[in-house]
Amino acid sequence: MTISFDLTKNSQISVEHYNKMAREVMRPISRKYDEEEHALPVEWVDHWWNEGRKGAPVDIAEATDGFVTICIQAEEICWGDCGLYLRMPTPALGGSAVGAAGTPEQQQRFLGPFREDGHPIWGAMAITESSAGSDASAIETTADFDAETEEWILNGTKIFCTAGAQASTIDGGLTVVWATVDKSAGRGGIKSFVVPANTPGMELIGCEKKMGIRASDTATLRFENCRIPKDHLLGNPDVQKKSAKKTGDKGFKGAMATFDASRPIVAAMAVGVGRASLDFLKEEFERQGVPIRYDAPPRELTAFERDVIEMEADLQAARLLTWKAAWMMNTGKPNNLEASMAKAKAGLAVTKICQKAVELLGPVGYSRKILVEKWFRDAKINDIFEGTQQINQLIVARRILDYPSAMLR
Amino acid sequence: MIDFEPSEEEALIVETVHQFAENEIRPVARDCEEKGELSSAVLASAHELGLVTNGIPEKYGGGGEPSAVLGCLIAEELAWGDLSTALGILSPSLLAIPVARLGDEEQKARILPSLTGTQFVPGALAAVEPRFDSDIYRPQTKAHREGDVYRIEGVKCQVPWLDGGTDVLVFAEEEGTTRGFLVPRDAAGLEAEMEKNLGTQALPLAEITLAGVEVPAHARLGGQEGPGLEEIIDRGRVGLAACAVGMSRAGLEVARDYAKERETFGAPIATRQAIAFKIADMAIEIDGARLLAWEAAYALDQGKPAGRLATLAYSQARRVALKVADDAVQIFGGHGFIRDYLPEMYLRNAGGFISSFEALTLV
Repeated sequence: MTISFDLTKNSQISVEHYNKMAREVMRPISRKYDEEEHALPVEWVDHWWNEGRKGAPVDIAEATDGFVTICIQAEEICWGDCGLYLRMPTPALGGSAVGAAGTPEQQQRFLGPFREDGHPIWGAMAITESSAGSDASAIETTADFDAETEEWILNGTKIFCTAGAQASTIDGGLTVVWATVDKSAGRGGIKSFVVPANTPGMELIGCEKKMGIRASDTATLRFENCRIPKDHLLGNPDVQKKSAKKTGDKGFKGAMATFDASRPIVAAMAVGVGRASLDFLKEEFERQGVPIRYDAPPRELTAFERDVIEMEADLQAARLLTWKAAWMMNTGKPNNLEASMAKAKAGLAVTKICQKAVELLGPVGYSRKILVEKWFRDAKINDIFEGTQQINQLIVARRILDYPSAMLR
Repeated sequence: MIDFEPSEEEALIVETVHQFAENEIRPVARDCEEKGELSSAVLASAHELGLVTNGIPEKYGGGGEPSAVLGCLIAEELAWGDLSTALGILSPSLLAIPVARLGDEEQKARILPSLTGTQFVPGALAAVEPRFDSDIYRPQTKAHREGDVYRIEGVKCQVPWLDGGTDVLVFAEEEGTTRGFLVPRDAAGLEAEMEKNLGTQALPLAEITLAGVEVPAHARLGGQEGPGLEEIIDRGRVGLAACAVGMSRAGLEVARDYAKERETFGAPIATRQAIAFKIADMAIEIDGARLLAWEAAYALDQGKPAGRLATLAYSQARRVALKVADDAVQIFGGHGFIRDYLPEMYLRNAGGFISSFEALTLV
């Protein structure tokens, strides 16, 4: 082991492969599916299902950068269009949850279909409720066990469920639902359950109208006596009582571990959107004969150059923090702190970068003729979903201060 | 392959330097600042660790592969102890690295062995000028060739001027190109006046006036066809970025410890989001700045163009240094303003990073 910033050959192949896809397949339809909110982007869905999911033409005999390569893929695709990225037919966060908390058998059973032929299918995760966002332990959706039929019965309503419209209605898809099996146990009673598409009792109520990422379906799902088999519970079914302080949060923590894997990816998505704005800005100004001078003394730099250098440094800091959090997963090191650091940095930095790009481009930035205003709208969600800026600050602060969550909330 | 883990050898060096910073540097940091002088005992024992030999070829008394990444790791730990002391300890690099990389045989043979002997011999580099529009790339200090000599005219500031040094490397413009000239400190026409600054008061910095100083033609770094100094400027920015990260890390740690002890309304202030979030942001920004410095250092080690990365790394690190130090003072409240505590020193030092520091150390 030694410090290195060289991407493997395979990662470089991935960068080229997904950048080409972003430029040739995604950008041409980016505006269209922003304007036609909720419409299924069939060109993109078909392309991903038939071509995209085969992956980049890497040499499987050679090394990759592991999770860093996955982050690079997310960055490139979101450089193309962040909304379309979230509409890809993949297991998405449902897959992350199954990967983080499921047994190998469950992983094979639930994620296998995504590798098979047939029609496109989607995965989703349903955590948020109208009264439980950042405080996931406050969720009220219940899961009761019917010992007679050996089934779990889900009741409750979930909102902000990304890809939930497809995942809940197209056969073969799945939605991972967080519910409590014992409210009196608090966080210890919260478990995650895999609900296959079209399971009776699960109903798609509708999709949100949003500021950005409009190509992505953000669904409300209602569960009314929705029955699923016993072995659709991910991880350990035992309820951990609050009193057992040492082990009290294991089940919840297992579910929260999903975030350690997904936050670097969301951070990488953010970096992709930020880079789209910054690339456009620099190219546009260079075309106008205003290049960035990295070697000019501070007093000679224009306000524009200062802004761009700061944007670039922030973006690169966010990217490197993201790669570090992902790299730690390669090495098997716990990355809870680093994943939240990356997410907090990338979410905020990219939001500011995309806002600054609109500001610097003036009326051009404000116009829907080009995509900069869209990235302004798309960027903001990255500072909110998968843990808001503030939740990630809380997590980082607890780690740095060595405080349990009860000491700092 | 992307990797953020220092090698075993690097980790061992970091551990050694950290112990030194913790046991030898930090305890005297405040005292040095108040007295306005470095501890010669600390400089001497740091010299025994051999921290600057890594950039010098073995044949001139150095050893090991030159590595800017390792230079960053060392600089961060030393600056964690104390910025002034770190810049003093590392000052031989100001001559060692430019001469080892750009110097000709005669310059190497004359300068390098003197830096790796049993005695600590400081280096000096004059890059900054005492004007608001100081530009390291385009100095106002001029060098004119007159027969077998160069005549140098100009004023430089923020020149490390520790006792016992022999030469100062002066950046001057010669026919539109910035060059480095090795000037003996006792050259006729060279006047040094010690500075008093906002921060880094323990570090002896001088304003030097070069009034028609004559040096032989072979005093120009790299001889007659010598390369330019862009790479040295980059090495300065990366080294200073690493120092800024080290000082910021120290600021975060003292603020963290204080916030956990200090109570208001019956609970430590660290349990309040207003304080905790500042601490979280400090940690995030410091980690980000460190990785930017490493990336630029890595590019230098690979022999790749590093100018853009070095500028990004330094511009980020200097902003982070100011923000972190300011937040540390704020977290300490009234005590942050008191010189019994460290944060106010970090804040004043940060003023140097944001305003003018260039090429005060090299990696």
